[in-house]
Amino acid sequence: MNNLIHETSKIQEITYELKIQDVMDTEYQTVNSGMAVGSLREVLRKKRILGVPVVDGTDLVGIVSIEDFIKCMENGKLGETVGTMMTMDVKTLFADEPLITAVNKFEEYGFSRFPVISRQTGKLVGIITKIDIIKGILKKLETAYQHEEERRYRASHIFNDIVADDISIDLKYFIEGKNFDKAGEASTGLKKTLNRLGFPPDIVRRVTISTYEAEINIVSYTDKGEIHAFIDSNQIRIVVTDTGPGILDIEKAMLPGFSTAPGWVRELGFGAGMGLPNIKKFTDKMTLESVVGEGTRLETVVFLDSNKNKL
Amino acid sequence: MINMKEIVTELGLKVVSGEADGPVSGGYSSDLLSDVIAYAQKDNVWITLQTHINIVAVANLKELSGIILVNGRQPEDATLKKAIQENISIMISNMSTFEIIGRLYSLGIRGNNK
Ligand SMILES: Nc1ncnc2c1ncn2[C@@H]1O[C@H](COP(=O)(O)OP(=O)(O)OP(=O)(O)O)[C@@H](O)[C@H]1O
Ligand SMILES: [Mg+2]
Repeated sequence: MNNLIHETSKIQEITYELKIQDVMDTEYQTVNSGMAVGSLREVLRKKRILGVPVVDGTDLVGIVSIEDFIKCMENGKLGETVGTMMTMDVKTLFADEPLITAVNKFEEYGFSRFPVISRQTGKLVGIITKIDIIKGILKKLETAYQHEEERRYRASHIFNDIVADDISIDLKYFIEGKNFDKAGEASTGLKKTLNRLGFPPDIVRRVTISTYEAEINIVSYTDKGEIHAFIDSNQIRIVVTDTGPGILDIEKAMLPGFSTAPGWVRELGFGAGMGLPNIKKFTDKMTLESVVGEGTRLETVVFLDSNKNKL
Repeated sequence: MINMKEIVTELGLKVVSGEADGPVSGGYSSDLLSDVIAYAQKDNVWITLQTHINIVAVANLKELSGIILVNGRQPEDATLKKAIQENISIMISNMSTFEIIGRLYSLGIRGNNK
């Protein structure tokens, strides 16, 4: 109970402490009001965004969203200019306001993004989305609590409070081959983050154990590789790639007990030939692809509502 | 459930990292890490001769209650450092694996029944 209060107040503290300018996106896309509505589609699609501010010269004059675009399409108005259909009464935030103001505005208006304005110059300086807020809070928690017990800073309510439809956190770890002293650091780091995000312990265990096996294989058999974790509110997808020797016969490699681990790897307790079978056992979906001489790609998915959860 | 503290006292283990305190749900013994990953259960005590730093990651990810090193084996420096940092209990016994497991069994610790 005490922990819970502690966590909640810590997040609150951070939302007052951090300023919008600390977390906003400064490499944002803009369009101008003279642009044809039809060209908007390309911009939104390419940048994978749902809305974009309209700027003429250096002045923010409006905002357009994918909904505006769809409306124009339905009415056959794709030839008109952005200026004729944009929203001119733009709700904005000031860069020096605390994050809590942004949290409240998202709640109040239900928009997916807000342009951020400098109080001094009145000019557009950034864009903020809910994901920027979550990332900002996570980063802050990371530095604030590096040495504390992870239970204490679980931030389960981040997901509950600011859940958006398109929430997805993307983490990336680089793995050094042949270095067993660092082996496992990516998986244990991922474990901390998942705990902090408030995922159930069973899910965290299954995801991180399978990631660990993949990490160890990179260290054992390749020179380097990468682990990507795509975290959604309903599933965790892990993509592991390496540029190692590849696997000649994947079916064989998947057999429990099959191993080509060299002596120095076996000495450390690896080489039971159970890594890949373990990955299959602990995940809901597993895809392994490999080209000899080029590398290997492993993709796993663990669903939050999976029935494997007691493993 | 038996507590690690009792085990430490009964077997005369030397605790070199962690608190060695907390429930022990059962035991598992293997020197192959992927085998431990496959079959050990949460809060199990793990008996092994491996002393390399990777035992800490395995115990951490599987949420084991502790690691007993056999035959008086000492953890490597990096292992010890990591174990202290991650709060993983490592205990040392001068007994052999066979002897340790026999004693644990008579204390009521069992393997995981599938
Ligand atoms: N990323 C990879 N690149 C090249 N070969 C790989 C890779 N991953 C696995 N292999 C091959 O597949 C075999 C089986 O892998 P698996 O992880 O199941 O067992 P292991 O690594 O040999 O032993 P364990 O994981 O039990 O310690 C390996 O011995 C190796 O030959
Ligand atoms: Mg392996």
